[in-house]
Amino acid sequence: MSINATLIGQMITFALLVWFTMKYIWPPLFDSLEQRKKKIADGLAAAEKGQEQMHLAEKKATGVLKQAKEQSSEIVNLAQKRATEIVEASKDTAKKEGERLILVAKAQIEQEKQQAKEGLRKEVAALALRAAEQILSAEIDKTKHQDILSKISNQLG
Amino acid sequence: MATEVHAAEGATGYIIHHLTPLTVGEGFWALNLDTLFFSALLGGLFVWFFKMAADRATAGVPGLVQNFAEMLIEFVDNQVKDSFHGKNELIAPLALTIFCWVFLWNFMDLFPVDILPLIGSMMGIEYLRVVPSTDLNATFAMSISVFCLIIFYSIKIKGPWGFAKELMFQPFGPWLLPFNLLLKLVEEIAKPISLALRLFGNLYAGELIFILIALLPWYIQPVLSFPWAIFHILIITLQAFIFMVLTIVYLGMAHEDH
Repeated sequence: MSINATLIGQMITFALLVWFTMKYIWPPLFDSLEQRKKKIADGLAAAEKGQEQMHLAEKKATGVLKQAKEQSSEIVNLAQKRATEIVEASKDTAKKEGERLILVAKAQIEQEKQQAKEGLRKEVAALALRAAEQILSAEIDKTKHQDILSKISNQLG
Repeated sequence: MATEVHAAEGATGYIIHHLTPLTVGEGFWALNLDTLFFSALLGGLFVWFFKMAADRATAGVPGLVQNFAEMLIEFVDNQVKDSFHGKNELIAPLALTIFCWVFLWNFMDLFPVDILPLIGSMMGIEYLRVVPSTDLNATFAMSISVFCLIIFYSIKIKGPWGFAKELMFQPFGPWLLPFNLLLKLVEEIAKPISLALRLFGNLYAGELIFILIALLPWYIQPVLSFPWAIFHILIITLQAFIFMVLTIVYLGMAHEDH
């Protein structure tokens, strides 16, 4: 039970063990622990980041969708307006065209009426002249009443 | 059998036989071979196991060995972080070594008291004390090593003059210098002595009780030795833990500059 040289031997053993642990055991094990810690922390951070990004992307997608909806409704509105305009315009054009056609037709009718009137007048004049000629041929000397005849003919023609 | 050989000498003889180390040499230069052998063997076991774990260490999924080693490493590291605030590469490995080695020493206590001496006597070894921590040489070797480290770091961190000042002027100021010095010296010297004697006393007493139980009739032995062994599992871990924590705390104190 007394203290003896065992003490020295034990101290040497102890020193060797501590040295060995410090040199070959602690660093690799501790490093692997630290590395794993870091790995896990990195993984967690990455996961969080991913989630955040997903969140952002979702937000962005919603925004884009909303914008697209707005745009499309705008386009539809515009198209409707344009269509109404076109219909209105074509109605206008049609009306004008119709009016123009009516006018043209009226003018033509008028012209034809005038022509017919002219023709009729000429025919009536000719008939009247011939009738007058026949009536007068019996009584009137053509040569004598030449100027009267031509005056009448002029008036009728 | 060892028991029969000493039966003639009675219970005292049996007890003394169990607590006598295997010694060579005389006087101070005597060597307790059993202490040296078993502590070296257990130290080797510790180093072998952790070296294996260290060689296989990966940052990926750890294996069983690595897991266990890392659990201990993390446990020791937490203790060091709790009580030691300086920066020192030595403290944590030192604490790990102390914890594991002392634990293994103490663990030898859980072997049935007669089995290893019996094997020893078959090989012609008459005396065999298998628990290194029941040898004052073993516990003092460790605590004196720790004491040397305390002194070394005290001087290294605070400087020789700083350390001397701390010894002389604290805690009561320069007017009570002799008293301060005495108090501080006692405080410092008490550290290794309390460390060594605490461990030795606990384990020696524990072993003694195992031996006493072994003296009882065989049908009573299990009833007593079983609960005592279970209780001892707590003691051996606790003693190893206390030794480690106090070492960390003492070295932490050595690093604190006032």
